[in-house]
Amino acid sequence: MTRRYHSWGRYPRIRQRVVRLWARHDPLPLQGLDDLSLLPFGNGRSYGDSCLNDGGALIDVRGLDRFIAFDPSTGILRCEAGVLLAEILEVAVPKGWFIPATPGTQLATVGGAIANDVHGKAHHRDGTFGRHVRCFELLRSDGTRLICSPTENSEWYAATIGGLGLTGVILWAELALKPIANPYIDAETIKCGSLDEFFAVSRESDQGYEYTVAWLDCTARGRKLGRALFNRGNHAPADLADKPRAPRRGHTVPITPPVSLVNGLSLRAFNTLYYHHQRARRQRAIVHYVPFFYPLDALLEWNRIYGPRGFFQYQCVLPAPDGEAAVREVLDRIAASGEGSFLAVIKMFGDLRSPGILSFPRMGVTLAVDFPNRGARTLALMAGLDGVVRAAGGRVYPAKDARMSAESFVRYYPQWRELVPYVDPRFSSSFWRRVTEAA
Amino acid sequence: MKRVLIIGATSAIAEATARLFAKRGDALFLAARGAERLQAIADDLHVRSAAPAETAAFDATDFASHAALIHQAEAALGGLDVVLIAHGTLPDQKACEASFDLALRELEVNALSFISLLTHVANRFERQGSGTIAVISSVAGDRGRQSNYVYGSAKAAVSTFLGGLRNRLQPAGVHVLTIKPGFVDTPMTRDFPKGALWASPETIARGIDKAIRKRRDVIYLPWFWRPVMRLIRELPEPIFKKLRL
Repeated sequence: MTRRYHSWGRYPRIRQRVVRLWARHDPLPLQGLDDLSLLPFGNGRSYGDSCLNDGGALIDVRGLDRFIAFDPSTGILRCEAGVLLAEILEVAVPKGWFIPATPGTQLATVGGAIANDVHGKAHHRDGTFGRHVRCFELLRSDGTRLICSPTENSEWYAATIGGLGLTGVILWAELALKPIANPYIDAETIKCGSLDEFFAVSRESDQGYEYTVAWLDCTARGRKLGRALFNRGNHAPADLADKPRAPRRGHTVPITPPVSLVNGLSLRAFNTLYYHHQRARRQRAIVHYVPFFYPLDALLEWNRIYGPRGFFQYQCVLPAPDGEAAVREVLDRIAASGEGSFLAVIKMFGDLRSPGILSFPRMGVTLAVDFPNRGARTLALMAGLDGVVRAAGGRVYPAKDARMSAESFVRYYPQWRELVPYVDPRFSSSFWRRVTEAA
Repeated sequence: MKRVLIIGATSAIAEATARLFAKRGDALFLAARGAERLQAIADDLHVRSAAPAETAAFDATDFASHAALIHQAEAALGGLDVVLIAHGTLPDQKACEASFDLALRELEVNALSFISLLTHVANRFERQGSGTIAVISSVAGDRGRQSNYVYGSAKAAVSTFLGGLRNRLQPAGVHVLTIKPGFVDTPMTRDFPKGALWASPETIARGIDKAIRKRRDVIYLPWFWRPVMRLIRELPEPIFKKLRL
C-alpha cells in the first residue's frame, strides 16, 4: 500500500510532489525539485493545510523511524522525528514511562508533535509537548545542521516548536518522559447538564487530576447549552487489584462513503444518545491508557465518514477570565447552525507557557468542533466564529485550520513576524502562504 | 529466542523484519555495508528489544570474507538458528546493456555473493542438522523481461540455487525459504512511480516472519504475486516476446 498525501480533514485536495527522507544522516533529497518550495510531512494528522504544500513538494519523513537511545532509569528518550507516539508508548510504557502532554491521537509523529506544539488532556498540568523536548536536530535546505535546545541555538528551538515545519526538517528529538506505575488510568466520567456545571467541575478537577477533558453535545441549546460528559483521571497507583485488558487492534473505515454520514439527523440522535448513555451522574473505572487517551484511534481512518468532501475542525482558545461568555456565544452559534459533529471537546488550559513562538495554547478555555464540509455555509459559520474569537482576544489552532483569513491570523498571532527570520527560505506551506502573503 | 544473522541488514525489508525479531527477543547479528546506517539500525533495535544487536561490516563482492563473517556471527551469538540474506542492488538495466563490466558487477552482487554465502551457511547447517536459511529473491527472477533482465537473471540464479539447496538439505532437517517480493516501496525503488500493486516493507516483513515460523518453501509477497507470476510464466514465448514488459 502506498501513501496518499492529504491532511486528516481530507480537505483541501491539492497536487504536490513528494520526496522521501530515509535516514537522518542523508542530505535532503532535493534532486529534480528545481526551486519548488518544500515542507516536511509526517503522518498527516494535521487537519487542514498546514501539512500541505500546493504546487510545491513534501518531504516525507516517516522513513526516519528509528529509536536512538532510551534510558529506563531516567526516562530520557531520543528518537528520529518520524517515530509515532504509539511506537514510543509501546517501548516506554512496559518500562514505566509515559509521554507527557500527549495529544488525542497516538498516530502523530514526534516531528509533527513538535512542529505543532501539540497539547492534550494534561495541559493544565504538563503544558504543551514542546516543554518536554530537551533538544532536537534541525536540517536546513542549505545543508546546515543545528542542534537546538533551551540553551543551544535557543532562538531556533523557540522558532521550531510550534513552527509548523517551516524552519527546516526536524531529524530527531530527545524527550523527557514521565514516570508511571502501570498502563492504567483511574478514570471518572461526570455528567454536566450545562456549561456552568462544566466550568464548576473543571475548576474543581484541575487541582486533583492530571487529565481532564469533556465531550460536549454541540446540538444542545438553551438551558442545556454546553451539556457535557466530563472525563478526568490519574495514572493508577502501583497496587492495583484488578487490571483491565489491553485493547485489541482497532477497525478501519474501509471506504469513503459517497456522501458524509454526518448530517443533521444523525448528529442530534448521536449526541442525545451518547449523552444519556451514561445513567449515573458519576462513573468511575480503571481503564487502559489506550481507550482513555486515544478513543478515536480505535476506528482507523475515521475521517472517511465525512465523505469525499472532507471536514473542517475548528479549535479555538478563549482567554480567561472573559472566556466563558465567548464560549457561550460560540456554542450558541454552532447549535443554531445545525452544523457540528459527533466530536466536540472542551477543556480548560492551564497557565504553563510554551517555549514556542507560534504555539497555540494559552490560559483559558479551548473548544474543538468538527464540521462536515458543506461548502460556503460551513465557511461562513467559521468566519462568524472567528469574529467572536477575535473580539474575545482568543486564537485558532493552525494545525487544525484550512481556511482562516490572513487578517484573523495576524490578530491571533501578532508575534508571527518573530518567526519569519527563522523560516527556511526554501520552505513554505499552503497554510503559511494563505495567512501571510496577503498581510 | 532464536539466534539470527541478517546480511544486508540496512535494506528496508531486512530492517522491518529485524524489528519483528527484536520484539520477540531474538538475538541479532547484523551485517551490511555503510557503518553509520548500520549502527543507527542496531541502536534502534536495542531500544525496541532488551539485548544489544551485534554488527559487522559486510562487503558482498569480497567473497573471501564471507566465511569469516558467518563464523564471527556464530561465535558472537553462541550458534546460529536463522540466516536471512537480504542485501542487493537494483541495476540500471539500460546501463548494463551498454556495459558488460557493469552487468558483471551486478551479477556478482545479486547472484554470486548469494551463492558464496549460501555455500558456507548450507554446509554449517547441514553439519548442525538444523537451521533456517531465508533468502530474498524476487518475482523478477521468474521470467526474463526487457525492462530488468540483468536483475532478473541474478534472482533466477538465486531462486534455482535455493531450490537445489532445499532439495539437498531436506534430509538434514534444514529449512530453506525462498522469498519473492513484488514491488516494494523502499529506497531501492525510490525512482519508480508507485501504484496499487506496491507493498510496504512492513507487509513483506510480516510475511517473511510468518513463513519462517511455518517453515514454508517458496513464498510470494504479497500473496497475489503467486497467481500473477504463474500467468506470466505460462504465457507462450511467441506472445510474451512481443509484450512491452
